[in-house]
Amino acid sequence: MRRPHLLAPVMAATLLTSLAACSTSESTTGSAPDETAGAAAEEGTLLIYSGRNENLVEPLLEQLEDAVGVDVEVRYASTSELAAQLLEEGDASEADIFFGQDAGALGALAKAGMLAELDESVTGLVPETYRDADGRWVATSGRARVLAYDPEQVPEIEDITEIDQLLEPEYVGAVGYAPSNASFHAFVTALRIERGEDGARQWLEDFAAQDPQAYENNNAVLDAVDGGQVALGLINHYYWFQKVAELGEDGVSAEIHFLDNDDPGALVNVAGAGVLASTDMPEAAAEAITFLLSDDAQQYFADETAEYPVVEGITSSTFELEPLAELDSHQIDLNDLDSLEETLGLLDEVGLT
Amino acid sequence: MPALLAAAVAVLPLGYLAIRAGEGGLGTAVEVLVRERTFWLVFRSLGLTAAVTSACLVIGVGLAWLTTRTDLPARRTFGVVAALPLAVPSYVAAYAWISAFPGVAGFWGTFLVLTACTYPYVYLPVVAALRRSDPSLEEVSRSLGRSARATFLSVTVPQLRPAAAAGALLVALYTLSDFGAPSLLRYDVFTRVIHSSYRASFDRTPAAILAVLLVVITVAITVAESRSRNRGGTARLGGGVVRPAAAVPLGRLRPVAVGLCLAVAAVALAFPTGSLGYWLVRGSSASLDLDRLVSAATSTVGVSLLGAVVTTALAIPVGVLAARYGTRTVRLVEHAAYAGHALPGIVVALALVFFGIRFAQPVYQETPLLVLAYAVLFLPVAVGAVRASVAQSPRRLEEVSRSLGAGVWTTLRRVTLPLAGPGIAAGAALVLLTCMKELPATLLLRPTGTDTLATRLWTETGAGAYAAAAPYAAMLVLLAAVPTFLLTYAQTRRAAQSTEDVDPQDLMEGGSR
Repeated sequence: MRRPHLLAPVMAATLLTSLAACSTSESTTGSAPDETAGAAAEEGTLLIYSGRNENLVEPLLEQLEDAVGVDVEVRYASTSELAAQLLEEGDASEADIFFGQDAGALGALAKAGMLAELDESVTGLVPETYRDADGRWVATSGRARVLAYDPEQVPEIEDITEIDQLLEPEYVGAVGYAPSNASFHAFVTALRIERGEDGARQWLEDFAAQDPQAYENNNAVLDAVDGGQVALGLINHYYWFQKVAELGEDGVSAEIHFLDNDDPGALVNVAGAGVLASTDMPEAAAEAITFLLSDDAQQYFADETAEYPVVEGITSSTFELEPLAELDSHQIDLNDLDSLEETLGLLDEVGLT
Repeated sequence: MPALLAAAVAVLPLGYLAIRAGEGGLGTAVEVLVRERTFWLVFRSLGLTAAVTSACLVIGVGLAWLTTRTDLPARRTFGVVAALPLAVPSYVAAYAWISAFPGVAGFWGTFLVLTACTYPYVYLPVVAALRRSDPSLEEVSRSLGRSARATFLSVTVPQLRPAAAAGALLVALYTLSDFGAPSLLRYDVFTRVIHSSYRASFDRTPAAILAVLLVVITVAITVAESRSRNRGGTARLGGGVVRPAAAVPLGRLRPVAVGLCLAVAAVALAFPTGSLGYWLVRGSSASLDLDRLVSAATSTVGVSLLGAVVTTALAIPVGVLAARYGTRTVRLVEHAAYAGHALPGIVVALALVFFGIRFAQPVYQETPLLVLAYAVLFLPVAVGAVRASVAQSPRRLEEVSRSLGAGVWTTLRRVTLPLAGPGIAAGAALVLLTCMKELPATLLLRPTGTDTLATRLWTETGAGAYAAAAPYAAMLVLLAAVPTFLLTYAQTRRAAQSTEDVDPQDLMEGGSR
C-alpha cells in the first residue's frame, strides 16, 4: 500500500511561510518620524485610505510623510470600496484621511456625518465650486470630460460644441465610450442634474440608437480613436496627456477637444480629500490636507498625472493645461454626484451597460 | 463541537447581511425585490449559471473520459494540460479576451471565460472517479452486446454522477459569485450589480437585500445537489482491485478527439497565457521592480498557505460528520458552509469589516482576519474534499478500531484521517490555489502596506499599465500552476501504479463521494 504523505510537507511549508509573512508585514510600517513639523507632537501613525491608484500617488504621499512629520500608512483600494468600508467601520475606524477620486464618494461620506469640518484656512485655498459647501472635503485636482477625435475622420471638430451634436446621423457607429466607467457615470449624472430625468433619458435613448461602440475603459476608448476604429470618444482629459507623454506627440494621432463650458459633456469632476470625524490626529490630518493643496503637491498633479491644479497660479511644466478657471462656467454641485443609483438605473433602462 | 465553530464562521456574513438588509425595513426589501431589474438579474444570473455549468459538465466529463479511457495520443500530457486552466484567474482570462476582441463583451464572452476557467472543477473529480470505478462493470456491459456509446451512457455515467454533480456545484457557485469576469465583460449579473450598488448609492441596504436573494438561490442549488447525491455507501469494501480499464479505441475519431482537446487547451490555456506573454514582451521597456514582485509573491504564498491550512482544519469536522452521520443538524451545518462560497468577495469582506472592527479590533486588517475571510469563502471546497475522502474509506476499519478499545478521538486520529489524508491534502491544495487568486476580500482586509500578486495586478491595471501588470499576472499563474500540477500529476502516477494498489483513495476528490 502506497500513500504519499502530502499533509506533513504542506504543514511544514505553511509554518515557514507564515513566519515569513509575519516578518514582511511588520517591516512595512513606514520610516522614522521626522521632527521638523508641529504636528509631530501627536503620537501615532496617520492612516490614509486612498482610492487613488498607488502608482499615481505613492511618491506624493511619501513627500506628504516628510512634510507633516509623522508616520504615514496608506491603504489602497478603489474609491467606492473604501467608501463602503469606511461606512461599515463607522466611528471605530482607524483611518484619519480619505483620499478619493470621485466627488460622489466624498459627498456620501459627508452625508453620513463621517467627515470633519475643515478649517477655513484649508478650504479657503480652493475655489467654492471645488469644495463642499459645509467645508467637509476639498478637491485636490480636477479632471475634465473631453472628446477624443481622429482628425482625419472629423475635420469639422471645431463645430462640435455640445453633446447633442453626437446624435447627428454622420456619427452613427462612430462614437466610442466606456459604459462601466465611473467618470462616464458622473457625466450621465451631470446630464440628469442639468436636464432632468426625462431629458437625460431622451438623450441616452437617442445616443443608444446611434450604435455607440462600448469599450472596457477610457484607455481602450482612446486606443480605438487613435487606431481609427471610431472617430470620436468620450474620455477624461488626462488619458490623452499621459498617452502623449508616453509615446510622444508624433506617436499619437488622436487629439482632444473641449465642449462648451455649460455643456454636461464638459463636466469637471474632482479627486479630493477629507478628514475622518473619528480621527485621533486632527492636527496632523489637517496638515496633510494642507500639504495636498500646497504648491508642491499641486505641481505634482499638474506635472505627473496631468490633472488640473485646483489652487490658482499653478501651471503644468510638462502638459499644456488651461487654467481650471477657464473651464468652469456652469459647474454643478459636486456633492450631487452621489446620486449614482438613479444614473445606473437609467443606463440599465436604456440598455447602455 | 468543532463543527459548530466552522458553521459559525461560515454564517458570519449571513448575520451581517441580516443586519444590513433589515435596516431598511420590510418595505425597502419588498421594493428592491419586486423591481423589474431584480427579476432580470435573477434571470440572467441563473441563465449564465445554467449555461456555464452545463458546458463544464460536457467538457469536464468528455475530457476526463478521453484522457482516462481511450487510446487518445499523448493522453497523459492532455490529462495534465486539461487541469491547468484552474491556475488562470478568471479576471486575467477575461482581460485577455476583451483586450483582443472587444466584441466578446456580454453573455457569450462571460460564458466562454467562465467555462474555460471552471471546467477543471468537474474534470478533476470525474477523472478521479473514472480511475476508481471498477472497469469490470463496463466490460460486462460490452460483453452483453452494448455498444461503447450505450455503455458509456448507461454504465459509466451513473457511476460518475456523484463526482460530476459535486464538481458542477462548485462551478455553479463560482459562476454566481464571480465578479471579475462579468464586470470586465460587462454582463449584468448579481455580483456586478451588488458591487455597483455599493458604489452607486453608498447605501448598503439594497446591496444586502440582493445578496440575501443570492444566498437563497445558492441554498436551493446546494439542497438540490445533495438530493441528487446517491445516499448509499460508495466505499469499495476491500475485495475489488483497481486496475486500468482497457482503452476504448477511438478509430477514425482520433483526430477529432485530439482536435477537441487542443481546442479546449487553446481557448482555456494557450490564449490567456499567450497574451500574458505578449504583454511581457511588449512591456520589456517598462521597468520591473523585482523586490516588489518577490515580496508580493512571498506574501501571496504565505497568506494562501495559512488560508488553506485554517480552511482545511475547519473543514475536517464538518466533512467527517457529513460523511459519517447524515443527521438533519449535520446537513444544516454542511449547507451553512456553502453559504459563503456563493457570496461575492466584497460582501464577505464587508461582513468581516463589520464584525472585525467591533469584536476583533486587535486583528482588524491583520493577517488573521484575512485568513478567516478565506476560510469563509472557500470552506465548501475543503468540506467537499474531506467528505468525499472520508466517505470512501471503509467504515469497517473504524469499527474494528473502536472494538479494539480505541476511543473516538484516537480512531479519528489514527484511522480515519490517515486513510483520508491524500484526499484532504488535495482539497487543501485546491483551497490554496483559490486563495492565491482572490482579490476583493484581500484588498479590503490585507494588513496595510502588504501586497499580494492579485492586489499588485489590480493596481497596475488600474493605472492602465498593462505591460507592468504582466509580470504579476504571469507569476500568479505560475504559482497557482504548482498546486494544480501536483494535483493532477500525483493522480496520474497513482493510476499508473494502481495495479497493485488496493487503496480506495484518489488524490483529487473535489467533493465526490
